[in-house]
Order: sequence, then C-alpha cells, then structure tokens
Amino acid sequence: MLKTLIDSKHSSYMLPIITTVVLLVLWESVVRLFSIPAFILPAPSAIFAEIGPWGGVVTRNALITLNTTMLGFFLALLAGVFLGFMIGFSRMAYLTLNPLLIGFNTVPKVALVPLMAIWFGIGTVPAVITAFLLAFFPIAVNVAIGLATVEPEMRDVLVSLGASKIEVFQKVGFPHTMPYLFASLKVAVSQAFIGSVIAETVASNGGIGYVILNASSNFRVPLAFLALLALAVMGIALYGFFAVLESRLVHWVR
Amino acid sequence: MLDAQPVTTTDSTTNLPVLDFQNVGLEYTMSGQPLRVIDKVSFTIGHTEFVSVVGPSGCGKTSLLRMISGLHVAEIGQVCFLGTPIKKPLKNVGIAFQNPVLLPWRNTLKNVLLPLEIVQPHKRQLRSLRSHYMAQATDLLSTVGLQDFQQHYPWQLSGGMRQRASLCRALIHQPEILLLDEPFAALDAFTREEMWDMLQRLWARTQCTTFLVTHDLREAIFLSDTVYVMGQRPSSIVHKLRVDLPRPRTLDMCFTEEFHQMYSTLRQHIQHS
Repeated sequence: MLKTLIDSKHSSYMLPIITTVVLLVLWESVVRLFSIPAFILPAPSAIFAEIGPWGGVVTRNALITLNTTMLGFFLALLAGVFLGFMIGFSRMAYLTLNPLLIGFNTVPKVALVPLMAIWFGIGTVPAVITAFLLAFFPIAVNVAIGLATVEPEMRDVLVSLGASKIEVFQKVGFPHTMPYLFASLKVAVSQAFIGSVIAETVASNGGIGYVILNASSNFRVPLAFLALLALAVMGIALYGFFAVLESRLVHWVR
Repeated sequence: MLDAQPVTTTDSTTNLPVLDFQNVGLEYTMSGQPLRVIDKVSFTIGHTEFVSVVGPSGCGKTSLLRMISGLHVAEIGQVCFLGTPIKKPLKNVGIAFQNPVLLPWRNTLKNVLLPLEIVQPHKRQLRSLRSHYMAQATDLLSTVGLQDFQQHYPWQLSGGMRQRASLCRALIHQPEILLLDEPFAALDAFTREEMWDMLQRLWARTQCTTFLVTHDLREAIFLSDTVYVMGQRPSSIVHKLRVDLPRPRTLDMCFTEEFHQMYSTLRQHIQHS
C-alpha cells in the first residue's frame, strides 16, 4: 500500500500533503494535551480561526511583500546574470570583481537596513534593495561558475571551426550556463523573501514582516503565525514555479 | 557546386603536401623551468592519406594535432597547410576527441548540424538549403547506424553511439582534414573494433586527409597508410611505418603474419625509444 503510493506519479505532491497534515495534527494535540497558552504557541485551529477577522489584512500585506520580493528578485536576476557572465567570460573581470563580491556577501544584510532607512526613508525601497542584495549573490556566482565550467574540448570543437568568441558563447557558453542559472533561481527567490521580510520588520509600514512585528508586540501570537503561514505558502509556490520552469527549460539535465 | 573549396583545386594542380611539419618543436615553461616536450619533428601528409601517430604519454602527439587545427600555433618551426603556415583555426577541419563532447541540450541531428551553423558558406545557406543539409546529416548518420537515433539526446545514447555522432559532426561540413585524438580510447574492445571498420568506411567515402593520435598500435596499423612512432620526451619521430595492407581492411587481417610483424616492429620502437 505505502510502496504503491511512493511509486505512483502522485507521490510528489501526495506525500508532502500527508506529512503536513500529520504535523498539524501532532501540533494540535500537543498544544491541547499540555494546555499550552495561545500567546506562547497557538494551536493550528487557533491560527486558522484568525483567517476570519484578519484574512484580508494578511492577504493585503502578503501581496505587498510579494511585490517587493519579486521586484528585488527581478533586479537581482538582471544584475546577477550580467555580472556572472562578465566574471565567467573575462579573467580581468574575475580578478577585479570577485574579491569585492565575496567581501560584500559576507556583510550581514540586516546590518544595512537601518542605513538604508536613513538614505531612502521607511517604506518599500529598503525592502526591495535588501531582497535584491540577498538574491543577487547566488545568481551571479552560479552563472559565473556555469560559464567557467564549459568543457575545454567543447570550446575546441567550435574554435577549430573558426567560431568567434560570441559564437562560442551563443552555441555553448550560454546554454551550458542555463542549468546553473535555474538552480540558483530557486535559492535566490527564497533569499529575496528573507530580505524583504527582514527589511519590513526593521524599516517599513507594510508587508508581512510589519504584520508579524505588530502582532507579536501586541501578543497576538496566532495572527503572527498566520502571517508566517502566508509567507511559507508564497515561498513554496515560488520555489515550485521555478522548479517547474527549470524542468521545462533545461530538460536535458538528469 | 557552391560549396566546393578552392583549396582542393590548388592541391590537384600543385604537388604540395596537404600538411607539412617543418622542424616543429614544443617547449613549455613549468614553474619557471623550460620543459622541452618535442625536440624536432618533420614529416608530410599527402592528399587523402591516413596518418597515425603513436608514442608514449606526454610525448606531444596531441600537441601536433592541435597545431594542425590551429588551436595551438607552432612557435618552433612551422606547420604548413598546402604551403601556408597555419596561424589560426583552418575551418576546413573536422575534429573528434576521446570525449565525444556532444552538446547535451541538442539532439543527435542538431549536434551533427552544429558545424554548419559556424562554417561558411554553410552558415549563410543553412536557412535556404535546410532540407538539403538535413538530408546530408541523415545520410551520414545512416552510414554509422544512427538513423533511428536522430531525435535522441546524448544522455539517451551509449558511449559508442555518442562517439559515432561525434564523428558525424566532425565530417558534416565536408572538411579536407579529419583530426582524431584517441577517439575510441574510452570504448570497450568490441565496440572499438566496430568503430575501426566504421571509420574506415567513412574515410573511404569522404576522402579526408586524416590524422589520428592513438595509443592502440593495432588501431594505428588497421586504419593507416603511414604510422609515425614518437619517442620519449624530448621527442622526435623514431620510426616511420608504411602499411601496405589492401583496402578495405578486415579484422581478419589483424591475425596475419604480416600484421603481427608490423605490430612487433612498432612495439619495439616504442619500448626502445
């Protein structure tokens, strides 16, 4: 019975649903069994009960966070692909930019949010920038690695035919980089979420981060959890979107 | 025909060798120390000749091949193609390595068509003569038994099939020179012998001047008109063997006294080099 489920083509979404349900049931029963107060750990039923009064607010703020995240992510995609290709393509760019990039990546981005609040004021801009900063690095690094790991013989085949650098890039470098790019997008989109929520909790007046901060400072813990849940759902949805896109566009990777 | 290469006519009117190695040497700098890999090599390859180079690892065989392709320009001495020193990629060469390096995002047919997207005049004509080129690729794939695998991707092919596709890619643009760098070294013994036969047929059909680098002495004898033996580093040609076995050659010939004689000669020269 279990084996047939694992082997079936529905297993990829059936099994996660089952584990989620089991987890929720376990959570609910632990909270009830030990009568844990809702302001410490609310039961799933208490969290879902918040949908009635607060569903609209959470949805509205979730959309704000989603917008911020996607904007930051999209900018990171453009900049990351561009810089990644530069670093992978030219040794000069690699030598000059790579140490800077690594140094920059080690700076915790949370530390920058208060500064950005000073520069850009409280609101969307610091969140977009934080999302951008967190998503940018994995994209740039993966694209650079992808381009730099083209097999030398693959390049030789083209160069021996008299292919120009541009042609080698078109025919080999670019397609070879695609699996690396798509692998990084799944990570980057999650990072972008983290970035925008961090910024929202520090310097913002909207978004899921703001809702969580307000709810917990008012001890509305079930609402904070509902907001977290919304975040998780969006995160999974976006990850899934890029995973499907990846399997469609880079079908040759096994 | 539009894509007839003018150089072929040059070749038939003059008696220049297709390839001419003139006192070619090779020196690397290894951690500040000069390392002489090839001392001095001089030989010529005639039109449609099949030449193999055998020798110990690190003696610079592959470097000779890279000099012909123009991937590496000879710095000591020179390599001439029809009398002109090779300074950049020749374009009318086909090349295949031990690693078939098919592009994993292209199916077999599209992999074979790749050179036509780069080499003129094919690049210009690819759109207008698409069906002509497709037929040509299909035809070539049929000669190596891959006609039913044109839509397959490289990961769906066996090692031998990939190597056959790689050979088709090396030949699709009708190159004058075919360069093979241990193309069958990664294959099992039976597949390898099948590939010799197949390569022999392709060579007879395309009339390519062929330069093969190999470790396999039987392979060299079976396929070649001339086998050159290179010695230890710093290397030079230590022996030249003419193989006069009639063509087309069969695997049975590998068991004749004559074949065996040639085999032991080559072996001795490699051991005592």
